[in-house]
Amino acid sequence: MKLNLKIWRQEGPKVKGKLVDYPLDGVDGDMSFLEMMDILNEKLINEGDIPVEFDHDCREGICGSCNMMINGEPHGPQKLTTTCQLHMRKFSDGDTITIEPWRAKAFPVIKDLIVDRSAFDRIQQAGGYISVNTSGNTQDANSIPIEKSKADEAFWSATCIGCGACVAACKNASAMLFTSAKISQFALLPQGELEATERVEAMVRQMDEEGFGNCSNTGACMVECPKGIKLENIARMNREYLKAEVVG
Amino acid sequence: MAVLDSKVPEGPLDEKWVNHKNNINLVNPANKRNIDVIVVGTGLAGSSAAATLGELGYNVKTFCYNDSPRRAHSIAAQGGINAAKNYQGDGDSNYRLFYDTIKGGDYRSREANTYRLAEVSSNIIDQCVAQGVPFAREYGGLLDNRSFGGVLVSRTFYAAGQTGQQLLLGAYSSLNRQINRGKVVPFNRHEMLDLVIVDGKARGIIARNLVTGEIERHGAHAVVIASGGYGNVFFLSTNAMGSNVMAAWRTHRRGAYFANPCYTQIHPTCIPVSGEHQSKLTLMSESLRNDGRIWVPKKEEDAQAIRDGKKRGVDLKEEDRDYYLERRYPAFGNLVPRDVASRAAKERCDAGFGVNKTGNAVYLDFEAAFKRYGKVEALTHGHKNPSEEEMIKLGKEVIKKKYGNLFDMYQNIADENPYEVPMKIFPAVHYTMGGLWVDYNLQTTIPGCFAAGEANFSDHGANRLGASALMQGLADGYFVLPYTIGDYLSHEIRTGEISTDTPEFEQAEKDTRGRIEKLMNATGTHSVDYYHKKLGLIMWNKCGMSRNAPDLRSAMDEISELRADFWKNVKVSGSADTKNQELEKAGRVADFLELGELFAKDALDRNESCGGHFREEYQTEDGEALRDDENYAYVAAWGYNENPRDSELHKEELIFDNVELKTRSYK
Amino acid sequence: MSALVKSSLARKWVMALSGLFLVVFLTQHFTINITSVIAPDTFNEWSHFMGYNPLVQFILQPILIAGVIVHFIMGIVLEIRNNKARPIKYKRFDGNSNSTWVSRNMIYTGAVVLAFLGLHFYDFWIHEIDYKYITVGVEDPTRYIEELREKFVDPVRTWIYVGSFVLLALHLWHGFNSSFQSMGVKSVKQGDGFRKFTYAWAILIPAGFVFIALYHHFNHIAA
Repeated sequence: MKLNLKIWRQEGPKVKGKLVDYPLDGVDGDMSFLEMMDILNEKLINEGDIPVEFDHDCREGICGSCNMMINGEPHGPQKLTTTCQLHMRKFSDGDTITIEPWRAKAFPVIKDLIVDRSAFDRIQQAGGYISVNTSGNTQDANSIPIEKSKADEAFWSATCIGCGACVAACKNASAMLFTSAKISQFALLPQGELEATERVEAMVRQMDEEGFGNCSNTGACMVECPKGIKLENIARMNREYLKAEVVG
Repeated sequence: MAVLDSKVPEGPLDEKWVNHKNNINLVNPANKRNIDVIVVGTGLAGSSAAATLGELGYNVKTFCYNDSPRRAHSIAAQGGINAAKNYQGDGDSNYRLFYDTIKGGDYRSREANTYRLAEVSSNIIDQCVAQGVPFAREYGGLLDNRSFGGVLVSRTFYAAGQTGQQLLLGAYSSLNRQINRGKVVPFNRHEMLDLVIVDGKARGIIARNLVTGEIERHGAHAVVIASGGYGNVFFLSTNAMGSNVMAAWRTHRRGAYFANPCYTQIHPTCIPVSGEHQSKLTLMSESLRNDGRIWVPKKEEDAQAIRDGKKRGVDLKEEDRDYYLERRYPAFGNLVPRDVASRAAKERCDAGFGVNKTGNAVYLDFEAAFKRYGKVEALTHGHKNPSEEEMIKLGKEVIKKKYGNLFDMYQNIADENPYEVPMKIFPAVHYTMGGLWVDYNLQTTIPGCFAAGEANFSDHGANRLGASALMQGLADGYFVLPYTIGDYLSHEIRTGEISTDTPEFEQAEKDTRGRIEKLMNATGTHSVDYYHKKLGLIMWNKCGMSRNAPDLRSAMDEISELRADFWKNVKVSGSADTKNQELEKAGRVADFLELGELFAKDALDRNESCGGHFREEYQTEDGEALRDDENYAYVAAWGYNENPRDSELHKEELIFDNVELKTRSYK
Repeated sequence: MSALVKSSLARKWVMALSGLFLVVFLTQHFTINITSVIAPDTFNEWSHFMGYNPLVQFILQPILIAGVIVHFIMGIVLEIRNNKARPIKYKRFDGNSNSTWVSRNMIYTGAVVLAFLGLHFYDFWIHEIDYKYITVGVEDPTRYIEELREKFVDPVRTWIYVGSFVLLALHLWHGFNSSFQSMGVKSVKQGDGFRKFTYAWAILIPAGFVFIALYHHFNHIAA
């Protein structure tokens, strides 16, 4: 199939970027979206042009590296799917596909489609952990039984891959789904309860400092999340935060 | 040829580690503050090591090429992590885990290391639960276990199909805690390009900031290489696109021995290659083999018709199907170990029975499981005479509950509904057991340079059992390296800060810049991928699932030629002082082009078949691997030579005091 | 506590609580207004009470005004901050694929409701203040129903009212239900009973106001 790609090109963080048209022929439905990008890059290299830079790594939907805004949707039109798992059979011959980087003040563009998502790391560093030493001198794993339903819920919150699609989809570039998923995971587990107050305060403070927007409950984040992280996580964070601030 | 000292402590097997810990030197807390450690790689081994070292009080710097430590490829591990907890009360013990691991590795790993791995395995689970890793649980609230290939007990802990992710995020959270305390400084989007040696000791690295292109010098009292495996030498593998051997290989270039490069694990259940555009292969959990039956058509003309699209596999009658694993290995059937299952698939496809366009695929069929589960389901619901259709319908629901996410993933990639037609699978490169040679302390042959996780050669021998990679990465990082490195660092307390303003750093930086310049200034005929794909093809065809001497010899020649051509004609677009993925890839492929040749040489040198290394010349009459314990029960550790074919071999004889060497049989 | 005032989550709470307060007020307002259709005498009675009871006049009324001001100022503050969180916009953004138009455009539906409030204040509140404190009319407990009917004679005003109620409904559709999410209430999940109630309320109350406005308008024409 033949496609008309419109791709955001930007040489560096401070340089102005623009959408550039790239017609591309010979695209096969069995290709993944990133393999289509590989073909484009191979073509650009052979034509003496500079290939498009984009983040990607595992290409099996779990590392969270890939991040493309495809036709106005994070990770493209297929729900519960990362860009690397999106296949070209979702598109038709002659389609125009617009590809942009995530847009947020907290995610500045580094080059072309690559953005700096280190704000996410800093939110985690602020409190996304349980303060237990890794020396191995801990109690036996089965000495703390955990209700299955809670353990499962904590697991689902913990499946966030940190790709940033929630921020990209949100009209306010809010990072609340991301932040709340980690807060929820620990809030649901007895191991995490002791530090719940400090954790939610520190992580929310960091999230605000990074310049993410506020949540206005549009729910776009949940719909676009490739891992289906639920909106209830945000409600839980709001609850935890109130508990921390008011009850202390 | 030097004799390698593995520094395995004296004493009975089960006391070695405890005694060793009791006797090694420690660094006092005040002195730890004055000692810097560099950790390259932030997967399970790197993150856990960095977090623990930071916690102990050392100043740690971590390096990873990704934008965050959390993206390391450990995250993609699906199945689980072994631990000898014996929670199921099925007779598991440290010894049993040790024995299974050493037998699964076809008796090519070091006893003491493997035992230590089993010994600390329980602690990993305690540690991870304390960190908040949400393992799967039973209704009673206790941890659940599943069983995995090649063993007789249920010892695998898991978190749905995302165990690697949850373990890595656990290690990442501990790492974050230390970053927050200022004890670990992360250098993300940085790539190690060289190891700096001063007075015979590892004293730092040269790294490239992948965003700005800057070449940086970082000094430290010790360097830990935890940069993963080298499966991407095959171009197509289940590794991440960026997984590479650079850090390990640059260490090798500086004098560290590289052990057993030819030991590669080829995983039997991957989604087959669909075309030339393919960039990577996707693994489907081994657990599918519990319920799926593997087969190809009995008649070659049927296979041909299926390849031509004139027939469908699902329409073939039972008597026209060849369930070759059940036929060859009646005892283990579809559950033979990975290396055996992979070779058998290749054998059928080479004989002309492959079932996809390229002829490189076999069927993994769940129809029997649908009926079996459906029948039980119907009976337990009081439906005594279910029709076949009803059984299949009910059975599909059972399978969906067990493997729904895998079936969805298959459908998404292969565009076929695996509930209606059998899956097509083919083996793919998955894990590399070889790596930097390390002694019992995980120290390479360069003093002060350590290696952990998949990057070292240590514990798996010639074949790795399922759910053991996660165990090894975390064992090394949390519980082994932080102790053993102290023994070395205890001699460094008077060294003072490592200056990077020395001739050695100067020279290393100059070498690095020269290399980059050379890559940028080649004639520019072919892209980096062009070379990588060519190398991958040579590796797959001649150093893949089965190997023979003439092929390995010609592989060495071809790789050597390809390498020369690469340095002359590669095309690296863009400039070296910005983000430049082509330059990053070029540096990595350059190292693969050296490793590939050593890989072939190692395979050629090992005149036996063991584990993942199958030499066609060394097989029994019915095609099974033929090990040669008399002549090859050693670790092949190679010294560096810029012509890898001239690398010098150093042997570490493997001594087995506690297990009897047997032939693995699955018949 | 100081963090509470400055944090993004506290702002959510302020929006949610002030919004909920206005929801309560709307319910009460509607209850009184509907009597203008069913029982005009009751309407006069209640209106008079509201207009002359000192508790209502000097305590509740300022709180209400403060609530409105807090809600709209915070709404504007959030809008500005949220805009800043994405300084460079997408060239192509398909919001409809993942969220409702209403949820993304609360600022616009809110702005229309605010403008309407201006008109509404001018129509009734300014008139009341004038009657009671400036020109000082005679205390007449029966004047309210007639004053109300008079306002809906003008078709333009009537249709402005109707249009504003429609936008109010849209605003409430997202706002009412969303306030519980903001406050972290546990069981506000898609499809559960409470959620359905908030949607029903968001439609029925504004629809009731539309009905009242049209009832008086067409009654006048018929008369």
